[in-house]
Amino acid sequence: MENIKLNIDNKTVEVPKGTTIHGAAKQLGIEIPTLCYMQLHDMNIENKPAGCRICVVEVDGRRNLAPSCATKCEEGMVVKTHTTRVLNARRTVMEFILSDHPKECLTCAKSGKCDLQNMAIKLGIREIPGIEIAEMSTYRKDTSPSIIRDLDKCIMCRKCETMCNDVQTVGALSAVNRGFMAAVAPAFEMNLEHSTCTYCGQCVAVCPTAALTEVDHTPEVLRVLADPTKTVVVQTAPAVRAALGEEFGMKPGTLVTGKMVAALRALGFDYVFDTDFAADLTIMEEGTELLDRIKRHLAGDKTVKLPILTSCCPGWVNFFEHYFPELKDVPSTAKSPQQMFGAIAKSYFADQIKIDRKDMVVISIMPCLAKKYECQRDEFSVDNNPDVDYSISTRELANFIKQANIDLNNLEDEDFDNPMGESTGASVIFGATGGVIEAAVRTAYELFTGKKLQRLDFDELRGMEGVRSATIDFDGLPVNIGIAHGLGNARKLLDDVRTGKSQFHAIEVMACPGGCIGGGGQPLHHGDASILKARAAAIYEEDRKKPLRKSHENPFIIKLYDEFLGEPNSEKAHHLLHTKYFDKKKKIIVKQ
Amino acid sequence: MTKYKMQLLVCAGTGCHASMSDELLNNLIYEIEANTLENDVQAIKTGCFGFCEKGPIVKVMPDNTFYTQVKPEDAAEIISEHIIKGRKVDRLLFTDPETKEHITDSKKIEFYKKQLRIALRNCGFIDPENIDDSIARDAYMALGKVLSEMTPEEAIKEIKDSGIRGRGGGGFPAGIKWELAAKNQADQKYVVCNADEGDPGAFMDRSILEGDPHSVLEAMAICGYCIGASKGLIYIRAEYPLAIDRLKIAIRQAREYGLLGSDIMGTGFNFDIELKYGAGAFVCGEETALIHSMEGHRGEPTVKPPFPAESGFLGKPTNVNNVETLACVPAIYLKGAKWFSSIGTERSKGTKVFALAGKVNNVGLVEVPMGTTLREVIFEIGGGIKGGKKFKAVQTGGPSGGCLTEKHLDTPIDFDNLLAAGSMMGSGGMIVLDEDDCMVSVAKYFLEFTVEESCGKCAPCRIGNKRLHELLEHITKGNGTEADLVRLRNMSTVIKDTSLCGLGQSSPNPVLSTLDNFMDEYLSHVCDKKCPAGSCKELMTYVINATNCVGCTACARVCPVNAISGERKEPHYIDPAICIKCGACMEKCKFDAISIQ
Amino acid sequence: MNKVKTLADLKRLKSELQAKVELREKGENQEGRVVIKVGMATSGIASGAKEIMAFLIEELDKRNIDAVVIQTGDMGYCFAEPTIEVKRPGEDPIVFGYVDKQKADEIIEKYIKNGELVEGILPDNYQSID
Repeated sequence: MENIKLNIDNKTVEVPKGTTIHGAAKQLGIEIPTLCYMQLHDMNIENKPAGCRICVVEVDGRRNLAPSCATKCEEGMVVKTHTTRVLNARRTVMEFILSDHPKECLTCAKSGKCDLQNMAIKLGIREIPGIEIAEMSTYRKDTSPSIIRDLDKCIMCRKCETMCNDVQTVGALSAVNRGFMAAVAPAFEMNLEHSTCTYCGQCVAVCPTAALTEVDHTPEVLRVLADPTKTVVVQTAPAVRAALGEEFGMKPGTLVTGKMVAALRALGFDYVFDTDFAADLTIMEEGTELLDRIKRHLAGDKTVKLPILTSCCPGWVNFFEHYFPELKDVPSTAKSPQQMFGAIAKSYFADQIKIDRKDMVVISIMPCLAKKYECQRDEFSVDNNPDVDYSISTRELANFIKQANIDLNNLEDEDFDNPMGESTGASVIFGATGGVIEAAVRTAYELFTGKKLQRLDFDELRGMEGVRSATIDFDGLPVNIGIAHGLGNARKLLDDVRTGKSQFHAIEVMACPGGCIGGGGQPLHHGDASILKARAAAIYEEDRKKPLRKSHENPFIIKLYDEFLGEPNSEKAHHLLHTKYFDKKKKIIVKQ
Repeated sequence: MTKYKMQLLVCAGTGCHASMSDELLNNLIYEIEANTLENDVQAIKTGCFGFCEKGPIVKVMPDNTFYTQVKPEDAAEIISEHIIKGRKVDRLLFTDPETKEHITDSKKIEFYKKQLRIALRNCGFIDPENIDDSIARDAYMALGKVLSEMTPEEAIKEIKDSGIRGRGGGGFPAGIKWELAAKNQADQKYVVCNADEGDPGAFMDRSILEGDPHSVLEAMAICGYCIGASKGLIYIRAEYPLAIDRLKIAIRQAREYGLLGSDIMGTGFNFDIELKYGAGAFVCGEETALIHSMEGHRGEPTVKPPFPAESGFLGKPTNVNNVETLACVPAIYLKGAKWFSSIGTERSKGTKVFALAGKVNNVGLVEVPMGTTLREVIFEIGGGIKGGKKFKAVQTGGPSGGCLTEKHLDTPIDFDNLLAAGSMMGSGGMIVLDEDDCMVSVAKYFLEFTVEESCGKCAPCRIGNKRLHELLEHITKGNGTEADLVRLRNMSTVIKDTSLCGLGQSSPNPVLSTLDNFMDEYLSHVCDKKCPAGSCKELMTYVINATNCVGCTACARVCPVNAISGERKEPHYIDPAICIKCGACMEKCKFDAISIQ
Repeated sequence: MNKVKTLADLKRLKSELQAKVELREKGENQEGRVVIKVGMATSGIASGAKEIMAFLIEELDKRNIDAVVIQTGDMGYCFAEPTIEVKRPGEDPIVFGYVDKQKADEIIEKYIKNGELVEGILPDNYQSID
């Protein structure tokens, strides 16, 4: 790799050919401000429309200012990053952007966390010239089950478009309209819920302003907590405990399980349970399903559908229903842990504590925005009473704890309640990519071979690469496993399934890059993959520390089957814990 | 068979008319009749010869004698000496300013070389829907010559030596562009013709495509040979249906004749052309936006480098050239680079087609060698200002250009001179403005266009231009302040400095050049709240002159908002607070009592 | 349909066609025929050139005048459309502007038949390379 030398602010720096001015400046410790530039290091995704023009610098010999994020260094280039020309330009452009932005910081969901606000503060903008006569581009607001779009606040950074089109290959968002009224929206400016949006929330995770935010269900949660007639049950997803601490100043990868439980109790939840319990349940059902299909396949049954696909990720299910509806018999019919939990809580547990399901409210704390949509799906309710009433994200929980003035950092660790709080290490790893299938393998192996596993850590299933594969030896039977995280990667595996080329027996798909730990509802990581790696490490750490690490060894799960369900895939289990999928391929009818 | 032995053509253009060409014609007719020559000699008036400073002009046919500065009293001498005795009236013959010789044949007058048609060489001479007409006038000869006698390197050198620069507005040397595309290796390359002529009022490219499509097809094939491309694409705006039709016919006919397709003229060279349609976006005239539009993406420009020569259509090396640039190419090969570079100025070779429009008599297409002055184009070829009004400014380069004033009229037109004068060549739009045009309004008009056409990708153009337009609107409504003028300049400078593509980088030009050259008008708008040109409605007051007003009440009756009050036979009064400045009263008044202040 | 297989073919074709053009202008009449070109670019068509062309073709035929009427591109006199160029055999072509049906009729009767000039002549003010 050829190196080139250039001069930035009177300092010389040597960089590999192809480095941008911004990258070269960074090497010198000069952090040129940017607004629309985004680099997701390990995902090989870069968003650089060079549209905000905040990062402009002066380059000798160039007539106009150059965008440092998109201009490659050249040998002998002379760059100046803070001349008055640059500073005046940056300020004027910022004034332009602010002149077309709502001034509702006080009540805005992103106040205090907004990139635009931070830039305005950094540049010391105190007034916007011409604001009295300035027209503003306005759009109608759009709410969907999970995501709110407030396009008045869109600054055309195109980060959401890049995530949705290039990373997730969902294509729900793209630039529409021209000029002043341009914004990023679904085609024909339809509502998000009518588009192919999967609610994965990756767009929300990267939006610098409040143009895209999650639906905030904390008011509803507060309301039910305050209602004395309701018994409020909460379940927490595995990925939450590995990231919640970051919102309280802890470093990424700090496990806060005990503190999280204590905080939830302090907030007033009647029963603090663990989604991990339901994850163990999922493994029982799904593992059985996997084995059943493999056995039938080995017996020569040509009708059996392989590979089996995991189905715990609602973003992935949505993607599937939109883009591969003809394959809807292929995924596992098992519900997600969140939904299994709700179904069991409002039947088995409600019976146990002798209350009517209508008097129980199930709340879930999820790293995910699609879960908000999932709990509203029609098939997940009984007589109009949903199995899971509301789902709130890690970010919402953090806000809630802060609003309640609870000091998370100094809480004493507490334990989950039972019978739905006990979980094995296999369920915890659901939070990381590869975790679901590893948990399934631990149980499926023992059930299939009848032998005890020698090792429980399947490193070949772990890692951050977008598409992975491994073959696990089930005592002589090679089982091919495929793993994808990020919907773009999932699409690659699914294309093979569609054409019949897939060699896998089972595929695990997570819609969010990194798995649930990188979910749309998690504390923002701004593309820093080291944060994701730290969170995953925490998950695997908790797994290692658990006394029980295989789902089928969870005593409360065993009890649940004995007392209530019978055995995996029994009629009752099937009724409560399994679901079906729908063809959602969108048809757009153009009326003449 | 002509009935007449001799015919006299008298110029009746505005300039000559003002110098009494009507009287001259009458005198000639009188003299003809007095000598009973009316069956043999005809005198008639014609349109403008364009030689206004030497008018009145009389041309005698069939011997092509060209008389200048003819006075009405000269009529008798012309008839008696030239017509009857066959002796030309020497003192009236056109004298060449250099050689001081009398020129007797109009065809030899330098003036006729003022317009030299290279790009438009066949327009008006051939039937564009018949390839035979084109071939008879040398179509595809240059392609044949290049394919059989030159290597790609030699052919590129010819274009480089000619010095031809892009006619679409960028002014980049075409030869260097071709060379860059030729250098980059790839399995497929593309030649793209930018026919998305978007400047409002510009129709140079349209005329070439409608009048001589084969010149463009041939040039693209030559370019393909030079850079190593076998595919050509013409990106043509959908608003040019006739040009699209004629191109389709031309391509079909060229294919039938084996002049496009595989193994052209037996040389083994393959080249074919496809049409791609624009969809009403000025910004798609920018080459990267054009390429993205052709690829099916949103027509937004992207940062350069990488340039299309390196990575263009579908990521392959692509050469994009404007229609007019391409139209000149065959002529360069047939007549030689030396010939082409002998025309024009030192750094701008060849000719340029201008769409002359605005307050000028002869609006239309004008093709002049680079170096021709603005004065020559506007006052000679253009026939001067309409209605005898006073020239104020000429806007060159379309919405990306600036306004040049009286003091710039003797500027030789070329890329660098226009830039130095504060404007630019652009694609060739030339709009003439007179004393009734308000320069602030003109700047606002162009901003309206660029605000509409901005793609919206970068903040300075998307929002900045809108703010610029708002401020100009504010000023033309009489609400501006002097501080606003400072803001205008700062915003314009920053938008120019930070915009991603040429649209934003040049949209503030009309504002900056009018601020530079017509500051007094801006000051009048913001300080005095008056529009000197009388164009900005909100700053005008309709007033009834009490002396002339007879109180007929006709104006009060047509006023749509009842702003006029007064008794019958008494002077009336217009209430400025109610008046909407529609002008209906002024039109109705028979006593010239209503005026605008 | 002539297929041009080599450059020599093209050169030969060009000579043939040039001869053809001359022939077109000569016509069967020994003295030659009148050639009329009608400006049919967008500015011409927008001003009514199509109707004028149809009118000319029909009337010349009706009045038994040996002439050929061809469409052409933009002659450049956009301020005076519709424009037509009329070339009487052996004479220089003359361009007329502002040609409506009445003017076209006048041109046929006066100029084409008798060589008598009518008003509306647009003196040529450019030269083209050939």
